[in-house]
Amino acid sequence: MTSSFWIRFAGNPRVLVGLIWLALVLIGAVAAPLIAPLDPFAMTGKPFVRPLDGFLFGTDSLGRSVWSGLVHGARTTLLIAVIATLAAVAFGGLLGALSGFYGGRIDNLLMRLTEFFQTIPSFIFAILLVAVLSPSATSVVVAIATVSWPPIARIVRAEVMSLRSREFIQAAITLGERDSVILFRQILPNALSPLIVTGSLLVATAILTESALSFLGLGAPNYMSWGFMIGAGRSFLRDAWWLVAIPGIAILLTVLSINLVGEGLNDALNPRLRTP
Amino acid sequence: MQGIRLIRFIMIRLVQAVPVVLGVVVLNFLLLQLAPGDAATVLAGEAGGAPAEYVEQLRARFGLDKPVVVQLGLYLKNILLLDLGFSFRNNAPVLGLILDRLWPTLLLMGATFVVSVGGGVVLGVIAALGVRTWRDHLISIAAVIAYATPLFWIGLMLILVFSIRLDWFPTSGMENVVAFHEGWARVPDIAHHLVLPTITLSLFYLALYTRLMRATVLEQRGAEYATTARAKGLTERAITLRHVLRNALLPVITMAGVQVGALLGGSVVVETVFAWPGLGQLAYQSLFARDFNLLLGIFFLSACLVVIVNIIVDVIYVLLDPRIQVGGKA
Amino acid sequence: MTGSSFQGSAGSEAEPVLEIRNLSIALPVWADRCLAVNSVSLTVGRGETLCVVGESGSGKSVMARSILRLLPEPHLRISGGQILLDGEDLARVDDRRMRQIRGGEIAMIFQEPMVSLNPLMTVGRQIDEILEVHTDWSKAERRRRVIATFEDVRLPEPAFIVDAYPHELSGGQRQRVMIAMSLVLEPKLIIADEPTTALDVTTEAQILTLLKELQTKHGTALLFITHNFGVVAEIADRVAVMRSGELVEYGPAGDVLDNPQHPYTKALIDAVPSLVPRKHPSRKAETPSEPILTVRGLDKTYGRARTNPTWLSRLLPGLGQSRRGAVRAVNKVDLDIRRGSAVALVGESGSGKSTLARCLIGLEHADAGSAVIAGDEIVGLSRKGWRPLRSRIQMVFQDPFASLNPRTKVGDIIARGAILQGESPHAAMSQARNLLGLVGLDPKAAERYPHEFSGGQRQRIGIARALAVKPDILIADEPVSALDVSVQKQVLDLLDDLRRQFGLTMLFITHDLRVAAHVCEDIVVLKNGTIVERGMTADIFANPQHEYTRTLLSSVPGRNWQRRRPQG
Repeated sequence: MTSSFWIRFAGNPRVLVGLIWLALVLIGAVAAPLIAPLDPFAMTGKPFVRPLDGFLFGTDSLGRSVWSGLVHGARTTLLIAVIATLAAVAFGGLLGALSGFYGGRIDNLLMRLTEFFQTIPSFIFAILLVAVLSPSATSVVVAIATVSWPPIARIVRAEVMSLRSREFIQAAITLGERDSVILFRQILPNALSPLIVTGSLLVATAILTESALSFLGLGAPNYMSWGFMIGAGRSFLRDAWWLVAIPGIAILLTVLSINLVGEGLNDALNPRLRTP
Repeated sequence: MQGIRLIRFIMIRLVQAVPVVLGVVVLNFLLLQLAPGDAATVLAGEAGGAPAEYVEQLRARFGLDKPVVVQLGLYLKNILLLDLGFSFRNNAPVLGLILDRLWPTLLLMGATFVVSVGGGVVLGVIAALGVRTWRDHLISIAAVIAYATPLFWIGLMLILVFSIRLDWFPTSGMENVVAFHEGWARVPDIAHHLVLPTITLSLFYLALYTRLMRATVLEQRGAEYATTARAKGLTERAITLRHVLRNALLPVITMAGVQVGALLGGSVVVETVFAWPGLGQLAYQSLFARDFNLLLGIFFLSACLVVIVNIIVDVIYVLLDPRIQVGGKA
Repeated sequence: MTGSSFQGSAGSEAEPVLEIRNLSIALPVWADRCLAVNSVSLTVGRGETLCVVGESGSGKSVMARSILRLLPEPHLRISGGQILLDGEDLARVDDRRMRQIRGGEIAMIFQEPMVSLNPLMTVGRQIDEILEVHTDWSKAERRRRVIATFEDVRLPEPAFIVDAYPHELSGGQRQRVMIAMSLVLEPKLIIADEPTTALDVTTEAQILTLLKELQTKHGTALLFITHNFGVVAEIADRVAVMRSGELVEYGPAGDVLDNPQHPYTKALIDAVPSLVPRKHPSRKAETPSEPILTVRGLDKTYGRARTNPTWLSRLLPGLGQSRRGAVRAVNKVDLDIRRGSAVALVGESGSGKSTLARCLIGLEHADAGSAVIAGDEIVGLSRKGWRPLRSRIQMVFQDPFASLNPRTKVGDIIARGAILQGESPHAAMSQARNLLGLVGLDPKAAERYPHEFSGGQRQRIGIARALAVKPDILIADEPVSALDVSVQKQVLDLLDDLRRQFGLTMLFITHDLRVAAHVCEDIVVLKNGTIVERGMTADIFANPQHEYTRTLLSSVPGRNWQRRRPQG
């Protein structure tokens, strides 16, 4: 069962491409100081050096190395996106599990809350949160997590609800099993695959949100990030296009890779649901 | 008969929207409490040059010396009377400022809605009908890439290519202010300005709806009722157009409703990139003027906007799906 | 009706409408066999009914769908043979001609009427489409024809129903719409793929009668796919039995039913539970034991009552039941079950039989009334209050594929109940192994996962799980309805054996009177949440008192054929 999963998963060329890019980004993020020893905020050359002209990706208006920015930015962006996603999955997962398992009034209340957070314009709310909490890495994480948990809650709820009405859960109830055992040992392991898929796709959304926030100047200060680089390069679009184009391509490729891997995961975990 | 039921349905939806609107007000209040400094200074726009007596006046009006519950009550009352306060930065009432910026945003959203839903449906159907042909592959690959592209970046790239290099479209704004167009002459000018922002904002949603439409058309074509239609002697074309399309539209419409809030969020970024004089740009400006009160007002009204658009989407859904019993809970 | 229908045409073959010659259909490479249908030859004569019988996976539906080329190509494709409609090979005609044949010359009826109709289109329009494609009639003419066909299939108020949507009709009405759809152009052949399997018995009987009657009236040939020998006895002129894609027996209905030649056919027919209640020599009616379960005035209502009727029922009286109103699933039920007895709770879908069982086992909370199991009241108990009573009453569930946790080893599934009752894990596991042997499985199965077992084997595991806590009462909720006939019988016999062996009391929930007769000496008939009749199975079968019981009994497909069958 597990071996066929790996064959389906890693045998998919799209997944392979995605995994390779993600591995590169991950290596960059982990080994940033080794690969790009230049401080991304330090003036290390003349301003507006074109790419391949002494600097791999050129320099920006203050003479900062774009390559250094990219590598160190990978660190910030990935870290924030992953932590925010984990927080959203934990919170949304718990809410959805309680809602789906107990049903009735608890479900009604929690689902109203979820609907509410899905209705409000989430990005504007995230902006507000960061602005009110004053921009910092923590407030960005909080803001992204706050706006991304509802879909997780919905998916987990739906999954738990359908599992709960399955006969093997009913059988566990009639044997006198405790709720906590049923929820954590019988239901959640069976609900894990949609959670993993949605969670992995959520990392991509979180990266997009983080970039948009830091593009608007609401990112974590003193941390180089891809969105910030685009925001800073924006005014020089006419003369130094690479300041915008290069970090944008980095975001695009990373988000694309996560989506490809996430979908591959979905196909491998639910082989019957694969769209032709 | 149908009309009366529909009005009843809309009334019920409006009543159901009340808790959402109240919730947004409470959320705003909580955010005010979270902000550094006391609410009066925040409301006055922090160091925004508001006279000291005005700040005092605000303190009294919002009962800042009273318990939090009373404060919440006063805040609720003010907002529900549509008194959103005064922006000293802009030297104008918040409500007026927002309403001035509403229609450019509505224009952008409307255009995006038409392009993304319309285009998504058409492309999704084309891809599904030619499943595993070059058309399908082309559309699917383009959708996967568009789905991963940051909005602000694609906007900047479009400006770089189509405005700076090719000079086909203006780089920013909604109108050519020095041309002083009036009346109908404004229409082509605004439309010209609208092209790039609409494409930018649409691209992600276009990809989303295309993928969804493709998947649902494929799923519905395999449904048992499609086999029945096939067994009746209908052509594949008739099966798709008459039976599959309408069934496949329903999830897309649901998704379009869910995405309204995200669309408004996206317009903040797009309006900032293109200097489009809408709510999003106002939000960006108030963010940097630290005019929280204006920002809260924008959040409140945009949430109301989402609620209204959601009701419109629900009505469209009900008109398409006879299974929904109008008058009850959907 | 039944007796005469197959005697008349037995042996004599009418002029063939459809001739299938050496038809083979290839399965995709990843399937467990290469051919879904292996060199099958059949003919259907003008005006006659050919029943194709087989269990799940026999290839009968694939064969039926291939005639109109409705297979999901390219996964399944015709790899050889001919399908001749009046001499024209359907496997080779072009798409244009095939579209003329579909609906015009051959029509099809599917199993599940709800999903076979487009939910967003009125049923009238869906039939109108056939006329639009195949004729050049005016709109008014077409509408008249649709209404006339609706009258033909005896739908109430046809003029209203044309404009109704599928969800506004009942299951039986929807299947009548499907039949109307197949009849509207009076095709030469109708293919019906298990058209009554999703329906209740009484509705099934009505639909079968209707089909037979319309077939006689229009002289249409009927190719009828089913797994149910009772249905075969009702309508077949000739029978073809399929197994694993191959034709194993083929002949006049009378011969095949009463004198089957192939061992597989024999086994299948033997497995059909008989409507004649079996004698239970072990039980003596004169010595009533004390009641172990006493139910008094049990009530369960779903949903809240609403005062106003829905707009729909106001608009179309008699159409579409109100779903919003409260449903009284169980209505003041009194029931006594004596220790050691086996009681069948019989009813159609919506009769409240499952809800009653779920109330008794604590999966639902009854609204009012009392239920006492061996001296302890269970109504109103919390989950915690239930825990010590769990070993008194246990349940075997309906769906063997959903009732076992796919991620737990079989041994752990069975042992868990005993562990929860305080048994040591080691003792519980060795008991689980014993139980596996007892239900006819290898004790080594304890180390394996549920997906490695077939449906019947899984149901045995489910039974072992229920027995592991040594319950006094065993509730079996439709334990065989998801299984193939041949497996059904084995599981029923196992339940019967175990019951005697352990002196179990059994409450057996079923919709099938034959199954009830096979295992239970007492019977309770439930309708709309109320008990309409109860008593000894033999008495009730011989002399039903309530109108509804009589309808149920007369609706059992193939009842006349079964009465004549020698009892084994």
